[in-house]
Amino acid sequence: MSLLEIRNLHVKAAGHEILKGIDLKVDAGEVHAIMGPNGSGKSTLAQVLARREIYEVTEGQVLFEGKDLLAMKPEEAACEGLFMAFQYPLEIPGIGNAYFMRSALNAVRKYRGIPEMNALEFVPLFREKLKLLEMDEKLSNRSVNEGFSGGEKKRNEILQMAVLEPRLSILDETDSGLDIDALRIVAKGVNAMRSPERAMILVTHYQRLLNYVIPDFVHVLVDGRIVRSGGPALALELEETGYATDEPDAMPA
Amino acid sequence: MITSPQQLTNYLEAFSDFEKSATGHNLPWLRKLRRDAFARFCETGFPTTHDEDWRFTNVSRLAQTPFQLVRTGHELSRSQVEPYRIAGAACQLVFMNGRFSSELSSMPNHANELEISGLADKIASNPKPLERYLGSYLDIGRDAFCALNTAFTEDGAYIHIARGVVINGPICLLYISTGTDTPIVSYPRNLVVAEEGSQVSIVEDYVSLGGGETFCNAVTELVVGENAVLSHYRIEREQKQACHISTLRIQQARSANVASHSVLLGGSLVRNNVHAVLAGEGSECLINGLFAGNGRQHLDNYMLVEHKSPHSNSRQFYNGILDGQAHGVFHGRIIVHKDAQKTDAKQTNRNLLLSDDAQMDTKPQLEIYADDVKCTHGATIGQIEQDALFYLRARGIDEISARRLLLLAFASECLDRMSNDSVRTHVATLTNAALYDAALPSSVSAQPGHEQAALRWNEVG
Ligand SMILES: Nc1ncnc2c1ncn2[C@@H]1O[C@H](COP(=O)(O)OP(=O)(O)OP(=O)(O)O)[C@@H](O)[C@H]1O
Ligand SMILES: [Mg+2]
Repeated sequence: MSLLEIRNLHVKAAGHEILKGIDLKVDAGEVHAIMGPNGSGKSTLAQVLARREIYEVTEGQVLFEGKDLLAMKPEEAACEGLFMAFQYPLEIPGIGNAYFMRSALNAVRKYRGIPEMNALEFVPLFREKLKLLEMDEKLSNRSVNEGFSGGEKKRNEILQMAVLEPRLSILDETDSGLDIDALRIVAKGVNAMRSPERAMILVTHYQRLLNYVIPDFVHVLVDGRIVRSGGPALALELEETGYATDEPDAMPA
Repeated sequence: MITSPQQLTNYLEAFSDFEKSATGHNLPWLRKLRRDAFARFCETGFPTTHDEDWRFTNVSRLAQTPFQLVRTGHELSRSQVEPYRIAGAACQLVFMNGRFSSELSSMPNHANELEISGLADKIASNPKPLERYLGSYLDIGRDAFCALNTAFTEDGAYIHIARGVVINGPICLLYISTGTDTPIVSYPRNLVVAEEGSQVSIVEDYVSLGGGETFCNAVTELVVGENAVLSHYRIEREQKQACHISTLRIQQARSANVASHSVLLGGSLVRNNVHAVLAGEGSECLINGLFAGNGRQHLDNYMLVEHKSPHSNSRQFYNGILDGQAHGVFHGRIIVHKDAQKTDAKQTNRNLLLSDDAQMDTKPQLEIYADDVKCTHGATIGQIEQDALFYLRARGIDEISARRLLLLAFASECLDRMSNDSVRTHVATLTNAALYDAALPSSVSAQPGHEQAALRWNEVG
């Protein structure tokens, strides 16, 4: 059984069809990269998998570890082990970062029947993950993402992933807008999570991240369809030639 | 005016009874104060919604109810009052339907530095210091309820903090209304005089024991001397049938620094007036509030800040959370008088509506007669942010918990401005309990234990 299996997925938002029949299989241990021009539907796919309700699935099926993902609420998908790093992480004033992370971890643990962690037990774990992502401890008591720099927000997403240890991570352009040091740190966080039990989908515009996190497969999403799939070499080729035939002028922003 | 002759007759009878026997009835200045105020009330009657200051709040129910003035204390045991104590308080004065109860109170031992007593006791024993302050800053011409309170002024708290004295724990004033078969009214009247350079925190906590129709019409006058620092907290958490109208009148001398914090959680018809006058140069005022209503609660906040001298600074922040068919009002008026150059005044009112039937009216009103000032205001009315909700849920937090977290975060903006730790913890526990159900789509839930609630709060933010 695949970890994730998407069959003929069609999705509408605000009356427009955005995903027009996606098929994708992701097995445990694999890293998939999804590339494609602006507006092709990459974030829509990521958000639908994370169970964002504003998207309407009109056709198709998604199985996550054999379970019907599309029947799950966002929190159920998360508790089942699916994680999406947001392309644009939100600022949430008034909720402390560490408190938020512990609440999330405990929600997941509770769902899985594992005892919840109190603040004392949580702090060492959280410190260790902060260290992995070379983040200042001061960020742990600040409100979630509030006043964080762009790079800090992206690292904070990876920090959350590191704490929650999901089976499937979908990183939506976590590499965009990062300087090379931040990119290296994010890649380190991502690689630390790679294991035979886990899988990842990296949505990206750039080959750069893929130098650090070598994918097993690369897919090209154009206008709501996967138009090409291949190995890591495909990413290099795209960097040279741009995206596929449907929209010859489309270039990454 | 919506006061019928019959209603006036009721008040007239009540007043003539009261006046004859009230503590201090033989003091000419006090008799005049009461009589003038009553005459003023008779002239104006109760306000109507045609009155600009009362546009959003209809008090006809109050005007039509034949409330009885209770002047004898109701018997309560100390153990009944125990749950309402605030940890870390310097002292606690307890008032039963507006009457000071020395048996239920725990007094401080500061002797000369801090004088605290029931107002009636002070009137009876040594009224001289009161004459100068009592009613001298309150505007009874503007507000019929202030006039009524003054007419029926007898008991409340009298607090005098001597020059340079710093009181550490908060001074807690607990007002308990006890319902009976007949509707009852009380008129707590508090006078706080903080002399030059003193520092103190005062909490007014309004609670109910039992149901029934009660009306609490309270007035507090804060006279804040030069360079004194004073924090005032008002917590309204009476039962859902209680009417509560209170006025806080703040008079600030040079460089005085005052914070007024209001937390409205209970009551049915509630009006919270805060009137600050920054009379002295360089004075500073923070007016901070949180109101959370559900059912058919009506929570009205009327703020008036007057800048009268140069370089004074005021900040108003009010956050409202309204569920069910609750109706919230925020009226924020700022007057910058012509000598008040370099005034810096800011006003922000943010509101969350949790149901389609909840309603919020917010109205800024700036009147500026000086030319070199900085005044800003802003108001928002919105729902819980769906993007934020999704963000929390996408990390595994269930919808109700996520809503709860976001509501607490919204409330914490106000709580974080409260500088006194023990009061903030107290307020946080109450707020958490009050908001616990507000996160639910329908209304079935268990209340969290208090300890757990406080803990959760301390970690948020
Ligand atoms: N909630 C929505 N309502 C309406 N249209 C939407 C919504 N979300 C996405 N779209 C539209 O769907 C298309 C795909 O958007 P999506 O964000 O998935 O693209 P993307 O591939 O992630 O682009 P980018 O590379 O710029 O992030 C766009 O045309 C976008 O405007
Ligand atoms: Mg995108």
